[in-house]
Amino acid sequence: MHGGGGVISVKGLRVEQGEFALRATFEVPRGRRVAVAGPSGAGKSTLLGVLGGYVPAAAGTIHVDSVDVTDTAPDARGIAMLFQDGNLFPHLSVAQNVGLGVRPALRLSAAEKDRVRAALDRVGLGAFADRKPGALSGGQQSRAALARVLLQRAPVLLLDEPFAALGPALRTEMLALTSEVVTESRATMMMVTHAPTEVADMVDDLIFVDAGEVAPPAPAGDVLANPPAALRAYLGG
Amino acid sequence: MARRAHPISKTPGIVAAVLIVAAVLAAFVAIGSRVEGTTGLRNAEWQAVRFTLVQAFFSALLSVGLAVPVARALARRRLPGHALLVTLLGAPFILPVIVAVLGLLAIFGRSGWLNIALGAMGLPEVSIYGAHGVVLAHVFFNMPLATRLILQGWQAIPAEQFRMVAQLGLPPGVVFRVVEWPLLRQVVPGALALIFVICLTSFAVALTLGGGPRATTIELAIYQAFRFDFDLGRAAVLSLLQLAVAGGAALIALWFLPPMLVQRGQDRLPFRWDARRMSTRMLDAVWITFAAAFLLLPLASVVIAGLGGLTEMPGLVWRSAWTSIWVATLSTALLVALALPLTAWLAQARRGGFEGVTLLGLAASPLMLGTGWFILIYPYANPASLALPVTASVNALMALPFAVRILLPPMRQVLTDYGRLGAGLGLRGWPFWRIVLLPRLRPALGFAAGLAAALSVGDLGVVALFADPDVATLPLQMYRLLGSYRTDAAAGAALLLLTLALAMFWICDAWGRRRDIG
Amino acid sequence: MKYTLTLAAALAATSAMSDTPVLTVYAGDYFTSEWGPGPIIETEFEKVCNCDLEWSTGDLMPRLLLEGERTKADVVIGLTSDVTARARATELFAPHGQDNSALTLPIDWTDDTFLPFNYGHTAFIYNETTMDAPPTSFDDLLALPDDVKLVIQDPRTSISGLALVLWVQAVYGDRSAEVWEALSDNILTVTKDWSASYGLFTDGEADMVLSYTTSPAYHMFAEEDFTKKAAIFPEGHYFMVETVAKIAGTDQPELADQFLAYVMSRDFQTIIPTANWSLPSALPRADWPEGWSELPLPDKVLFYSEDEAAALQADAIETWRAALTQ
Repeated sequence: MHGGGGVISVKGLRVEQGEFALRATFEVPRGRRVAVAGPSGAGKSTLLGVLGGYVPAAAGTIHVDSVDVTDTAPDARGIAMLFQDGNLFPHLSVAQNVGLGVRPALRLSAAEKDRVRAALDRVGLGAFADRKPGALSGGQQSRAALARVLLQRAPVLLLDEPFAALGPALRTEMLALTSEVVTESRATMMMVTHAPTEVADMVDDLIFVDAGEVAPPAPAGDVLANPPAALRAYLGG
Repeated sequence: MARRAHPISKTPGIVAAVLIVAAVLAAFVAIGSRVEGTTGLRNAEWQAVRFTLVQAFFSALLSVGLAVPVARALARRRLPGHALLVTLLGAPFILPVIVAVLGLLAIFGRSGWLNIALGAMGLPEVSIYGAHGVVLAHVFFNMPLATRLILQGWQAIPAEQFRMVAQLGLPPGVVFRVVEWPLLRQVVPGALALIFVICLTSFAVALTLGGGPRATTIELAIYQAFRFDFDLGRAAVLSLLQLAVAGGAALIALWFLPPMLVQRGQDRLPFRWDARRMSTRMLDAVWITFAAAFLLLPLASVVIAGLGGLTEMPGLVWRSAWTSIWVATLSTALLVALALPLTAWLAQARRGGFEGVTLLGLAASPLMLGTGWFILIYPYANPASLALPVTASVNALMALPFAVRILLPPMRQVLTDYGRLGAGLGLRGWPFWRIVLLPRLRPALGFAAGLAAALSVGDLGVVALFADPDVATLPLQMYRLLGSYRTDAAAGAALLLLTLALAMFWICDAWGRRRDIG
Repeated sequence: MKYTLTLAAALAATSAMSDTPVLTVYAGDYFTSEWGPGPIIETEFEKVCNCDLEWSTGDLMPRLLLEGERTKADVVIGLTSDVTARARATELFAPHGQDNSALTLPIDWTDDTFLPFNYGHTAFIYNETTMDAPPTSFDDLLALPDDVKLVIQDPRTSISGLALVLWVQAVYGDRSAEVWEALSDNILTVTKDWSASYGLFTDGEADMVLSYTTSPAYHMFAEEDFTKKAAIFPEGHYFMVETVAKIAGTDQPELADQFLAYVMSRDFQTIIPTANWSLPSALPRADWPEGWSELPLPDKVLFYSEDEAAALQADAIETWRAALTQ
């Protein structure tokens, strides 16, 4: 468990999925927050998938804090990840789901239970600990998932559009909460988004992915102020 | 693809598969070692092969064909006694052959209720005996199983989809194409293959309802070769032939299995907004009534016949019931130990065809397995002292294809839905089983275990070959009673057997279906 | 209560076993159940032998063939005449050493290995309350109206079914095929074994069932039901016998001999009719248990020696199958 963020270093990475191929070489410094943008099918989710360990790499390496994690199991990379959906087990209570962030077991010590309760209080779900996810609203489900991320204490957090299904106001609220969580844990964050402008305030850099090509991160303000042609086409500007 | 991220090992499943293949192979090798030359297949046996294929094909087709509307009706209605009906659906499948035949004939036979009713209305008598009788009996046995398999698939459709359907106001035809057909494509081929193989190995039912030697199946020829001609060579050849036909059917069916759909839901109880129209209500009512009558009337006659016999049952029968419970428990434990890792492997295997492994035991014929193992055991131990464990093992092998068929779709679903999440949280191996897989699989596991337990209670199995005078299972005791004119006492034993099998089925199934409210 | 007693008896038997010799007798599965002849034979024999009689049940022939010379049996009881040829060929058996002239069978028995202990004949059983005009001869049976239905057993899977095709062969010879065609309209169905057929008959599904001349005895003496009758035909009935034999390699030759002698004893012979619902093999009719001598039995008995039967069997079954398959 380290406090603070990790350095992500990607070299000569190649992912092949049938006809589709993704290539990437880039580095994300400690504690940076990066938005990953690009057209549908460009490979944003694949990029996060390979970083997280859910999609195998055909070539190249991934380092987190100088440790080669290219072939490491998803949970041993120091990376926590939230997906578009399916972030919670529907048959477990909210507390049990969140508790899995502490340790992959259902029986926790009193101290660990306290931490779960604290995390739930932190995201405003203190009263919902014993509910099943099916009984929660979409926003509440997202909060529960965030509470778990808090407990995972991973140096890197990957977000694959986890709030895409929420309304604009709720989404803003959740992004703000995420931002707080990331600030508290000082984690390095990469977040897939369809609306780079919406997250401009909370990220430092932006990675643009187009047709399998991953551009290295550039300061988000600069890129959005002066987008390259492909990004301009994507943004519809 | 992202297979690498799956958090459970395939190895125990592969070990289980190797064990099964070895157990079946060992039986064949043992028998092979005792073959003293054999005659080739006779013309009559080729006729048997043809009849077997034709009846099994139509039986499977009709069982599944009728199960679809019944399952749909049960999936979208909650009637009083719904749970009881769903449990009773398991009953015909687990009845000992002779009990089921007598039950069917009490309704459809010459002096059955149907002909009495027809006679009272001045209509001509109908005869059940013939190819149609064979199919009718097989549908009676297997339609409930098919219904349960399809119903299980139906209940796997997330409530969200029906909400969507309701919101779009889709008419039944479109609902069928959009939601239900993709489901059926997942469930039906496997159910067809399984029932085809069960019907393939049928023999006493086929002969009796078929009205004579026209209805000779391969299994009868195997039995004849084994027990009457003592020609182990021909028995082995026939058994291999049956295995080949079953294997072929399984491969064809699994070939048609489309890749699994990803369905995600939040465990909401489905409410069927789309089925509130009067016409669909009527239709469902008709199907449920039809199925209930067809399945329950013969059972009722078994119960009525049995009630009178209960008092005449010798005390020994009760002791046998205890033996049967013991065998069934052992058999179910063994089944679960084999089926879970096997299913976990199959769910991650690239080729669906591996599921064919599970059919080996069923298709090879229990007689074959029992005899082969007897030859192997005899030099080292008294087979009679191992009669019960051997019976339990054979019963577990017989139940294996059902269990795997029941467990596989939800297992695939869980791995697709939560494999990634589990991997991300470091849940792998036993913790993943305990925290994710087993709770998600619980309904399917309860159903599969219940079926296995009930099958084991009801099946005569191979105990007859080994039997010890002091340890008889309930079905064996029932056949003994029948064999000494004690028809009434035997009917009582049959009722006890039915009750016991259903109770064991119900306990497991209810455990699986209990949904803890959170 | 009964259970406790059985258990106590079993325990007592086990503790006594240590110093008494054990005679292992293989028997058919039905034989040793509480309601079969096994328990009473065991009790009675153990009174005189100072030994422990242990039953071992299962399918006799497959088991003996699989076990071969390593068989643990000392004596085998229940081998029917259709399997004696195959059993003899295993060379597992020793001569029975009993005097065949003491037998009271309706046929001449000269076999020195397989000793009959009870017998019966094939017969069609009917219920006289539902059948107005039962057939009085085999020819009569063939002329029955189509709506009188019979249920029979499959000769390929059942001993009584095999006896039936040999019966038809013995009565009609080359005309068997015609006989089966004539009967085919009356045959409701064919079952795998005797039990299923008899169940169909007692359930009222069939008017007549292929069974044994001794079947009515069960109903008369055990149920006091006098409505079940065997139709007796002047053409004759096929003889069915069960035998007992001694294993040559037995480690208890004296006990085995003693058991064979016991089978021929008056004690055993008077027990066997009601215990196994069959006729005693070595007891004059006048000495049969009460009521048994009034059982209608055929005057003429048909039987093929094992060699004759072996020669005829395959063709007789095929004739049956071909005629009923059309």
